[in-house]
Amino acid sequence: MLRNDKPRPGEFFQRDRSLHPPQYTPGYKTSVARSPRYALLSLENTISEMTGPVFGHNDIDPIDNDLIKNYAKTGDPIGERIIVHGRVLDESGRGVPNTLVEIWQANAGGRYRHKKDTYLAPIDPNFGGCGRTLTDENGFYFFRTVKPGAYPWRNYVNSWRPAHIHVSVFGTSFVQRLITQMYFEGDPLIKVCPIVNTIPDPQAIDQLIAPLDMNAAIPLDCLAYKFDIVLRGRRSTLFENRLEGN
Amino acid sequence: MPQPLDYLRETASQTAGPYVHIGLAPGAAGFQIFRRELGWDIAGPNAPGERIRVEGIVIDGTGSPVKDVLLEVWQADANGVHAHPEDQRRDQAAEGFRGWGRVITDFDTGLWAFDTVKPGPVPGRNGSRQAPHISLWIVARGINIGLHTRLYFDDEAEANAADPVLNMIEHVNRRPTLIAQRSMRDGSPVYRFDIRLQGDNETVFFDL
Ligand SMILES: [Fe+3]
Repeated sequence: MLRNDKPRPGEFFQRDRSLHPPQYTPGYKTSVARSPRYALLSLENTISEMTGPVFGHNDIDPIDNDLIKNYAKTGDPIGERIIVHGRVLDESGRGVPNTLVEIWQANAGGRYRHKKDTYLAPIDPNFGGCGRTLTDENGFYFFRTVKPGAYPWRNYVNSWRPAHIHVSVFGTSFVQRLITQMYFEGDPLIKVCPIVNTIPDPQAIDQLIAPLDMNAAIPLDCLAYKFDIVLRGRRSTLFENRLEGN
Repeated sequence: MPQPLDYLRETASQTAGPYVHIGLAPGAAGFQIFRRELGWDIAGPNAPGERIRVEGIVIDGTGSPVKDVLLEVWQADANGVHAHPEDQRRDQAAEGFRGWGRVITDFDTGLWAFDTVKPGPVPGRNGSRQAPHISLWIVARGINIGLHTRLYFDDEAEANAADPVLNMIEHVNRRPTLIAQRSMRDGSPVYRFDIRLQGDNETVFFDL
């Protein structure tokens, strides 16, 4: 289902919490002391939540979405060259235009350029590991990068993260704010990852796995993966919206 | 079989992890990459209103500061106008005022702080009025889906008493978890707002 008309103002659909991870997930140990114990208080939308920051092309630079070039010092980074592309949509299938998408990831060896990452794999002098872009008028976005490596982390003694790219998206409203992770089709570490498995719904996990997209690959240059991101949808204004009252 | 409802399903959240700074605040991760980072200037230099600092720590269920958290801030300007096309008074928004910010904690102490202007009251539902408040969204390692909360101001007692959201909190003794405490430091107002993820005085979080 693809529609190209612009989202119409209206209140947002209630978030379906059953396809998100709950806060308390003992298999992911760090969540135990960082998860609220009381129920969240459900709030109907007000202007404070239905609005959100607006970004424009003066906020970012064109090279920001090219992780192969945006930190290159002496040459290209090491690793499998890939394009990650897709569309930001809402639950009604409409593209979300001009919204900020930010990504970050480890290098091809599984090491982050972060002063707190001490994994023994080497830093790549030509790879920063972050990028950002705005979706176009129909919600499409793309990045060029290298495929990140798996890395070990302290949860169980032998826990490893599958290859993943962290993704942050805004939408048009503060209630749509989302951070997630994109995984790669065929990675055997996905099914044993305690962070992936915080999500109880298998179909919701599948939705985080980007398929190889040979039609978007560039022959003799670059493979491609496709990752669509769905943000919360909004009610159509079939009846008058009384949000502001008066 | 009835007709299928062909809505898409929202993409599931995943934790921002320990290295969120690389993507959203690379300077804090220890490197310079973008011409400029986003979210460090909430109000701009010229917006009218009282200039304030807001600071605090995020505390986990063991009572320890959370040192790898990232907070985002969203607020109206001093006249209660949001810099967003759906605010009917947007053309009255203060010049240069964005209303959005992003802050991280100090890696050693867990303290975070941001500078802004104090927001004005904004419309609520059905003709009501909301007390001045700032919306906050919190992500970190160990937080599976971003936590939404609100910050109100302790010098707005009358407006707070009439605020429809504060009044919706059934457990009255939890309402103060959303109210920041004002003090003066070197002649400037500072509001303290500690956020407790769990345990005694757990902050009220919202499902928006
Ligand atoms: Fe990661």
